[in-house]
Order: sequence, then structure tokens, then C-alpha cells
Amino acid sequence: MTGRFRIPGGLVDRTQPIGFSFNGRELSGLQGDTLASALLANGQRLVGRSFKYHRPRGILSAGPEEPNALVQLHRGARLEPNTKATVTELFAGLAATSQNHLGSLDFDLLAVNDLLSPFLTAGFYYKTFMWPKSFWEKVYEPLIRSSAGLGRLSGEADPDHYDKGFLHCDLLVIGAGPAGLSAALAAGESGARVILADEDFVMGGRLNSETHAVNGQPGHEWAARTVAELAEMETVRLMPRTTVFGAFDHGIYGVLERRRDHLPPLADGSSDSRQPRQILWHIYTKRAILASGSIERPIAFTNNDRPGIMLAGAVRAYANRFGVACGQRVAVFTNNDDGWRTAADLQDKDIDIAAVVDTRSLPDGPPIHLNARVPIHAGEEVVDTRGRRGITKLVLASGKRVRADCLAVSGGWNPSIHLSSHHGGRPVWNDNIAGFVPGERHPPNLSVAGAAGGSLTLGSAFREGTAQAAAVLDSLGYPPSRRPVPEASDEPAAISAFWHVRESRGRAWIDFQNDVTDKDVRLSHREGYRSVEHLKRYTTLGMSTDQGKTANVNGLAAMAKLSGRTIPETGTTVFRPPWTPVAIAAFAGRSRGRDFRPVRLTPSHRWAEEQGAVFVETGSWLRAQWFPRPGEHGWRQSVDREVRTTRNTAGFCDVTTLGKIDIKGTDAGTFLDRVYTGTFSTLPIGRVRYGLMLREDGIAYDDGTTARLGESHYLMTTTTANAVLVFRQLEFARQCLWPDLDVHLVSVTDGWAQFSVAGPHSRDLLRTIIDPQHDISNAAFPFMACSELTVCGGCAARLFRISFSGELAYELAVPARFGDSMIRRIAQSGLAFDAVPYGTEALGVMRIEKGHASGNELDGQTTALNLGLSAMVSTKKDFIGMTLAKRPELNRKDAVRLMGFIPVDRAAPLAAGAHFLARDADPTTENDQGWMSSAAHSPILGHDIGIGFIERGHERVGEIVRAWDAVRGRDTDVEIVSPHFLDPKGDRLRG
Amino acid sequence: MLIPCPFCGHRDQAEFAYGGPARALPELDGQDGTHAWRTALYSGYNPRGPVTELWFHANGCESWIQITRDTVTHRITRSCLANPREREP
Repeated sequence: MTGRFRIPGGLVDRTQPIGFSFNGRELSGLQGDTLASALLANGQRLVGRSFKYHRPRGILSAGPEEPNALVQLHRGARLEPNTKATVTELFAGLAATSQNHLGSLDFDLLAVNDLLSPFLTAGFYYKTFMWPKSFWEKVYEPLIRSSAGLGRLSGEADPDHYDKGFLHCDLLVIGAGPAGLSAALAAGESGARVILADEDFVMGGRLNSETHAVNGQPGHEWAARTVAELAEMETVRLMPRTTVFGAFDHGIYGVLERRRDHLPPLADGSSDSRQPRQILWHIYTKRAILASGSIERPIAFTNNDRPGIMLAGAVRAYANRFGVACGQRVAVFTNNDDGWRTAADLQDKDIDIAAVVDTRSLPDGPPIHLNARVPIHAGEEVVDTRGRRGITKLVLASGKRVRADCLAVSGGWNPSIHLSSHHGGRPVWNDNIAGFVPGERHPPNLSVAGAAGGSLTLGSAFREGTAQAAAVLDSLGYPPSRRPVPEASDEPAAISAFWHVRESRGRAWIDFQNDVTDKDVRLSHREGYRSVEHLKRYTTLGMSTDQGKTANVNGLAAMAKLSGRTIPETGTTVFRPPWTPVAIAAFAGRSRGRDFRPVRLTPSHRWAEEQGAVFVETGSWLRAQWFPRPGEHGWRQSVDREVRTTRNTAGFCDVTTLGKIDIKGTDAGTFLDRVYTGTFSTLPIGRVRYGLMLREDGIAYDDGTTARLGESHYLMTTTTANAVLVFRQLEFARQCLWPDLDVHLVSVTDGWAQFSVAGPHSRDLLRTIIDPQHDISNAAFPFMACSELTVCGGCAARLFRISFSGELAYELAVPARFGDSMIRRIAQSGLAFDAVPYGTEALGVMRIEKGHASGNELDGQTTALNLGLSAMVSTKKDFIGMTLAKRPELNRKDAVRLMGFIPVDRAAPLAAGAHFLARDADPTTENDQGWMSSAAHSPILGHDIGIGFIERGHERVGEIVRAWDAVRGRDTDVEIVSPHFLDPKGDRLRG
Repeated sequence: MLIPCPFCGHRDQAEFAYGGPARALPELDGQDGTHAWRTALYSGYNPRGPVTELWFHANGCESWIQITRDTVTHRITRSCLANPREREP
């Protein structure tokens, strides 16, 4: 036998005992148990401590609404806090511990808070921790932090794997209770693509927890048979252990499937350890039916939070589905007919019924007839309870005491309308069931069936599920289903609203998880926080992992009574996703760590790895930063060598990452004239021109070179960073602004591997690679020439004589699939010319030595004038950005200009980010004259150099200013010089 | 969101890049249109209700499309290519 509270019956497999532990105690449950049912079977009523007062708490519910029974699962890195025992499927070796107590669960030292409760009411923090102000950081905050929260995180990385998936269907049925099953059955039979999702591991919903008959057979048997039938249908996908947590736009639902949570954790490194623990599905639906059922609510009376006080439906579920008696002597307290079912079902299982207390006077007698020996108290209320770690007695309004070890409470049922208000729709009040039902504005194409819509009887659930499915089939053009509506009786479901026992003298709990009592609501009302929104924030009602699933309506009712309004006048509860908490790891899926986003590798990546290159992330690309050689210490040595060698002999570098846009069409030249500041329609075939692009507001946007390969064929390059955005903008211009132009664009960034070959020996080096019939002499192939030619005996290639380094330089492009071969060929041929590979650092040093603007300079605040590129701006044509670039403020006489800077003390270091000040000026915003945008050590000049923007810089060459760098604590005198530190006339690159 | 691309059909929002509200830009005719450009760029609107806006089907057909979307309900009532020559009447 597994536990002394186990009774016959239920959907548990008595041949399959399962060992688990709670707080280190070895216990045994059965296959089919939840952790909660197994704990109850073992008589473990006390399972946790409450959030604020550290009151002993037990299991309240049998579902996802559970506010009390939150436990920690697993150990080590898999430690999982705040897990609801009521939805945790039992598995062998499950290790659970209780949380939120200091010392043991039985003797929690923080239970002293309960004695201090008069001081710990709502608003306590706001009022108490205000003064003295200096106490906040040192005393109050650490104190609050250490006592706040429930469970604890492991602090380690999650070792499990999570995945994402995408599904499409005609109909998503949310919930596999009677309404959901009948809807799925009707729709599936007609051939519609149906997904049936349910949180539980056994489908059937309340059918498994009740004793109703369906089509003459026990309800749970009908459910099991129906599920089996659905499983056979080809167009139906059953998803148990799956929570639909959000209704998003256009019929997309967020869904979490728990794949491994019910299995023992895997040993790390085992063959299955890559299997996802959970899958976050995006389900794209044409229609959805919300058949999520309803949640029972408690009644507020003094000391209604003791272990053993449970929802009546849950007591029934534990008895009928799990074969567990929640007590040996059970009392029922109800305001509706449904509560009586608990008494009836338990009586059938020979459990002693201590009393049935109904708040209604019941002039027509009990709604369900019980054994005559059961004491019935009609028109009576429970006003208090006794029992330190679990209920032992209840006290009635008449003063009568009833001995009981379990009190089953039913305050009526709240439809689970949450998903229906995820688009902001407000629920409406329904007096018949004393609860909120979905309002008019629920997500399009979502219909509601059964208890979720307020139809609380089994018969109506079947009728509505079938009818909603029929409507879906009709609207999607499927033939109607011929399946008859399952037969079930409409059981009595009358209710008279009753929320709160007035005679309560002590605290009556409304939100169990957050320890919000009727007194807190009264205080909130007294202090003026009367709207639901204020009530929630002042008392924390409904703010917890259960989001007030059992508390919200009772809280509203309490406030309504205080303010003399009806519940709908007081407010409504609007729900946002998620329905139940979803682990962040599930949202991340596989996008973690190195896999956070795809990494783009250059064609020479493998070769660069072989060379021992150090890599750097530039956007999504991984580029070689420098190539260390044996004996070199620190990056500077390698970078200095790469720069010197390139300038003395030759160097090569992978520049594939620059954006490349192929532009074709008879109007390609006109198109370029409109997007660039310069003129490209006049560019001769076989030539390259530097181009600057402005934003519409006149600020510099991007730069690059564009080559003319044919009469109506250009190839544009963009910066690495802007490649995607520039292409998008050009497509906008082509499609939306000038659709009459004959021009077409293709992004070919990934199509071509491109290598810069620079340095005095670069031409000779390339001659060994380019097929000999192509003349690349200075006369035949001068600076800014380009050509389509062949290399390595006939391989198509493109050659551009362009230079970012200021050296005689080329860029050679070959189809990307030959990139790896080409870098190896360049490296091999380069040996004879002392050529070295260089990385992005050397590239940066050389461009600063030449004063070329880059991303640091094109920072979204600078204009062509600031950049010293006014000569690139045509005045003979209109182009994007021209008009607003002329605005006076952008053309002030004292506008900043791009200049070079060298430290007066040549040994002094420079860094980007320094601000320029006059030598005698204070470092204030008013005195700020500009900023250093890029800086590097120039191995050629032997000292640091920088480029940056300074007011009227072009008129101030030779002036000494301060480079004030508060971040690094530097204040350096620098001389303003030309930004072209090296070869200002360009003799090298034209040589 | 599911965005109806006139070329590809309904596609997930993740395939698209947002292009802001649809707006008419002045012609590049060399006339001094400072006011017109300023108005087009800076006088934006942010209504509650239907807006006409641009999306680029970046991971799809690379069409710029123009949709009418309700900012309250996200209901999309109209979708066409943004290209004025291919826009349906």
C-alpha cells in the first residue's frame, strides 16, 4: 500500500509504485499520481509556508490554480523553485523540498511574523521603511531581500535543452475536458486539421475527477475511449502536458509542451541529454475553441488557510481520480449545489462526512440526497477553524463546533476566461453563476465552449463543444459532423453568491499565496485605494505565480461590499499572457550562449584558424583580428608587424564582409545619381568611384565604392555594418520612390569572396595569380580601375584597384566557393614577396593613418561637411538628403571638421572618446569643441595618432588643444594636424 | 502577427522589417523643398485605429508592402505592394 490515505478506485496504477522524497523523507506513490496526490496519500498535509506570515500551508487545489503547495524540485543546477505540486507528475526518484521557511518546515523560525501580523498589513513597507533615508541601502533593502521571495534559484546555468517549433492547424482546441473532447471529435471526424492541447498528462479534464456517466458509461472511460479514437485520426494531433499560455495576434497561440518534466532527469552527457526538456510552440490557427473549464474559488472566513482546508472539487478529484482521501472526517462548506457532490462522492467511498454547511437556507431540501446520518447545517456559516499544523475543528456561526480533519470549501466556479481577454477584452459579469464570463471582444476566431464560457453543467459542455465545432467546420468549408452529442445529464448547479463570512473575527484569507486577508482589503479601502488596479498594487492581491486564480474575484467581492457597489461596478479582472509561468529558457530555446544568433564565417575562416588567428565579432561576422606569430607578446606586436610589413612589402586581408549590391538596368546610373551625393552615370566602364550616401535628413549614412562593370551594370559596396540596411533602403527607393526606373538590385555579399592585397609588392604578387593575358600594369590598370578577368587558369574573378590602406592595393573577388582556395593561393604566392595576412586591427590602424572615415566617424550625427567630404557632394543634381543637408544649422561656420591629432608629448597615449577643449578652458559642455572618434598607435610614425571632429578644424592646423578624457582620467595636449598622416598626396596608391 | 504579403501570402512578422508609416516623400526635382521634406520626415502621426504602414519582406520576396493595420486590434484590413505601379486600384 502506498500511504495510509489511499482508498480504492481512481486512475492510478496500483501495480506501479513510485519512490520519491519530500524534504529528504522517502515516500511512495503510484503511477498516475501528481506530487500533491502522493503527498496527501502519505498523510503529508503541511507542504509549505506562506509568503509573508510563514503560516503552515497545505494543498488547496488539484490544478494549475494552486497558490500554496509550491515546492522546489530536483537538486544542483536543475533546482526548480515554485513548482506547483498539484500539476507535477510523479516519477521515480523525484526529490521535492518545501520552501520559504527558516529552520524546518514544522518549526519555521519566521513564523514569528504571524504574531507580528498587526504590523505587517498592506502598505507596511511603504510606511515603515521610509526613514531614516540612509537606512535604505544598508539595512532595509538587504533585510527585505533576504526575506522576500519563495524558492531559491540554483545560480547555475540551466543544463537542460529547450526548443522551439511551429505548427499549423484549422482548429486548436484548448482543453481536453468534455467540451474540448467533443469539439475535437466532431472536427476531427470531418477531416479538419485539429490540435487538442491540455495541461494535464491524462486528457479528460473534470471527467476524470467526477462520477458522471456519459453515454451510459463512466465519464473517465468515455474520455479514455474518445482520446484513443482521436489518436487514430490522421488529421488530429493530441498534445497532453501542453499549456496554451497566450493568445497572440492573428490566430497565433503560444504553447508550452513539457516533454521531459515527468521523467527522471538525465545524467549529463547521456545519449538523450540533447532531447529538449520543453518545447515552445507557435501554433498558427484558423480557428480556436477555448474549452479551458473553470476554477473553483474559496470562501473567506477566519483561519481559512490551514492545511486540510481545500477546494471541494479538489477533494473530489483526489478521491475519484487519485484514490486518495484528503481526510478521515471531511466537512463541506458550500454556497452552491456543486459542493454537495463532494459529500455525495466521499460518502460513496465510505469516508466519514462530518457535516455539510450550506450558506443557503435550502427551503426545498438538499440538492443532492445524502445518507440520513450526515449532519446538514443549512443557512449556516463556518466562522473559524482550529488546528496548528492542520485543521482539527471548525466553528459555526451558531457556536457549534464540528470535529474534522478536512474541510472542503466551494464558493462557486470561475470560468477560466484568461485567454479570451489576452487581446484586451473585458470580461462581463454573469449573475447566474456569480462569475465573470468572456466579454464581446475576445481574440478573433476564438470561440468559447463549456465551463470556460459559464456553462457549468456537463450536458451543456458537450452541447457547446459540439456546436462550436460545427460552426468552425461550416466556416472553413468542411462537411458537418454526424456525431451525436454525447449524452449526459444536466446536474444541479444552482448557486447563491456568497463570498465572505461577516462574523469573522480574525483574519480571513483572500489571496493565499501573497497572504492578503480581508483586513488588508479593508485597509486599502480606508486609505483610498479602491479601484481594482490600486487594490492590487497596494495589497499585492493577485500578484503571484498563480496571478490570483483563486483570489481575484473574492478580492473584488470584498471591495465591492465595502464600497457599496456591485462587483461589475467595482471592476473586472483583465488577464495578460502567460496563463501560467513559462520558463525564460523556453523562450530562449536554442538561442543561448554561442548559439544566441547565427555566426557568419568568412570564406577564409578555416585557413585563418589554421594560422592561429584571433577572431573578433563584427556584427554577426567573425573576422580575423590579428595573426599572432611565435615570439610575439600581446596584440600590439602582431598588429605593428602586420602594418609595417604591408606598407613595406605586401599584406592581404579578407574583406568579404563588406556589403555588395549588384545593380543592373538601363537606368542604373540614374538610380545611383539619386542615392549617392556624387555622380555615377558618368563613371566610365571599368572604373570605380567612392560614393557617399546621405539619409533623407541630410546626415551622412554610409560610404563605399561603386564599380561600373558594364553599360548598365554596377557593383556597389557598403560598410559591413550597414550592408543589410542599405540594401533595404535602396529597395525602398527602387520600389516605392522611382518605380519607373529600369533597375534591379541583388545582394551578392555572400556570393563573392573578396580579398584586399595591399603594399608595394601587391601588383607583382597578383601577377602570379591573375591569368597572364590580363594586363594589370599601372598604365593599363590605374588607380580606381576595375575589371572582370580570370585567375588561376580560367576561374572567373573581379579585380578592383582600390585602397583603404593608402598603399598600392587591389581587391580581388572570386566566387565564394573558391574563397578558401584563393586565400591559400595568395598566402602561398605571397611567400616570395614577404606578404603577410593582416586582420581588422591592422586594417583599422592603416585607415586611421590615412584619415579615412569609418563607422566611428559615420555615427549618425555627422554631415559631409563635418567629414571633409564636401567635394564629394554634387551641386548639379538632386539626391536623397540634399535638401535637408542645406539646413543652416548643419552649415554653421563653426561646424566641426574631421582632423588629425597627435600628442605633443609623443609618448602620450590617445583614445577615442576624448573631448577637445581650449588649453585654458574648464571641462564643461559649453567649452566642448569636439571629440576624438578614432585613435591608434601608428607603427610607421612611432606614436599614437587620432582622428576626430573639432570646430573649424580646417582653419586651426598647428594649434594645440586638450584632449580631455574623463573616462580614462587623461588630459593630453594634442596638436591639430591634417587627418592624412601618411602620403597625403597619394603617391603610393597611384604608383 | 501574420502579415499578408501580396506575393507570398500570409507570413510571420519575423520575416519582415518594419518601415514606419507610409508617407509621401517630395520629388527629387532640385526645387527647394525644405518645408516639404521636413513635414514628410518629422510631422509623424500616431493614431489610435487604422494606420497605413510599410513593411519589407526581408526574409521573403524582398517586396516593400503597404498594409492598413489597426493599432488597437492589429487587424490588417488591406495589403498591397508599396510600388505605386503595381498597387492594386
